[in-house]
Amino acid sequence: MPIDYLPILVMVVVVVAFAAIALTLSSLTGPRHPTAAKLEPYESGMPPFGSARRRISIKYYLTAVLFILFDIEIIFFYPWAVLFRQLKLFGLVEMGVFVLILLIGYVYVWRKGGFNWD
Amino acid sequence: MDPLALVIIEALIKSIVVIIVLLTGFAYLTLMERMVVARIQVRVGPNRVGRVFGIAALQPIADAIKMIFKEDFIPANADKLIYVLAPGIAVGTALLAWAVIPLNPPLTIFGYTINFEIANVNVAVLYLLAIGSLSIYGIVLGGWSANNKYSLLGALRSTAQMVSYEVSLGLSLVGVLMVSGTLSLTQIVQQQSMIWNVVWQPLGFVIYLVCALAEINRVPFDLPEAETELVAGYQTEYSSLKFALFYMAEYINMLTISAIASTVFLGGYQGPFGILPGVHWLLIKMLIFIFIFMWIRGTLPRFRYDQLMRFGWQVLLPLALANTFVTAVVLVLLGK
Repeated sequence: MPIDYLPILVMVVVVVAFAAIALTLSSLTGPRHPTAAKLEPYESGMPPFGSARRRISIKYYLTAVLFILFDIEIIFFYPWAVLFRQLKLFGLVEMGVFVLILLIGYVYVWRKGGFNWD
Repeated sequence: MDPLALVIIEALIKSIVVIIVLLTGFAYLTLMERMVVARIQVRVGPNRVGRVFGIAALQPIADAIKMIFKEDFIPANADKLIYVLAPGIAVGTALLAWAVIPLNPPLTIFGYTINFEIANVNVAVLYLLAIGSLSIYGIVLGGWSANNKYSLLGALRSTAQMVSYEVSLGLSLVGVLMVSGTLSLTQIVQQQSMIWNVVWQPLGFVIYLVCALAEINRVPFDLPEAETELVAGYQTEYSSLKFALFYMAEYINMLTISAIASTVFLGGYQGPFGILPGVHWLLIKMLIFIFIFMWIRGTLPRFRYDQLMRFGWQVLLPLALANTFVTAVVLVLLGK
């Protein structure tokens, strides 16, 4: 029922209000003495060089793609798991085939070293 | 009164109460963590501010007041809007998870039944996972927008770690869903009045706890803020209340995962003798989890990053899949 979700919406409003108050409060109460050195990025006391907005390792993209694959798989698992007691053996075989196909990909990534970070 | 208005007013009161309780809980968790870790390291810990029985009872309030009056600055090259919003996103998603956790059995007062969860939805477990995924945004946006290399590295590590462990986290709950046959947390708790789910799902329980520790970036999975190499990780450039909000989000997430673990695996508010109101049992179970988390922090060293990723993908994921498979086979064989 859609009305079941109304309390969540109310809570979202309360949480947003709380976050907004907390985010503005400290800019009103705190002192403000910005200096050029204070506003520089902190690099353990060394003068900072270059921007932090640089290209990042390909490994992170690979992890993201793997995550998308497996997370969608788990979303498929959820309705199946809830209904499993009605599906019985049929459900087991169906999911077995699905997971088997996925496992081929999983083993492939493993053998290719997709999980290695060194 | 208009039923719709009644629903809104009830939700409003419940939300405000839950948020106040969570914030107080967060404040005293920081004190508890400092005391527990201090005792583990054979130190005394905070014992000066508002001393009651040797415990600094007012220390969290002193900390909060100090935080409020600190300078709140924005680094020169930061992406200002995202930099300001990120702590809000982090704490907002942490608080919103509490919308669906049942705290107490329903009570009837003056013919009006009160449910002790803010929203009784039939997809509560899915909602928790969705909100848990959103909490990554606060960290990655905060780390990226500050234009600091430490922040960026911390945020990247954190994101990769959280998405990796989220897969096994989601899978570890599938076994429980198969046993209970519902996504509603209220029903999952009610079904556990005789036997807790942990009896049927011991492996799922352990996998859930390990993944949850990684999800909230705590020791031994605290690489995103490994202070010996990354200063403070994604929160390096934050100060004042914005820093406090990130801190708050971390501790509230700790409360959340102990509440979920208690609710899904240990019977939630169901107590063995019925001598205490339900919410006390939930609190006791949560406190045990939280103490174990602090104990782990005082005891274990940190993982290396490649070990961490390999552990997530090559140990936990196959284990969680095997757990699901075994549960399915047993359920079919029992003919349930």
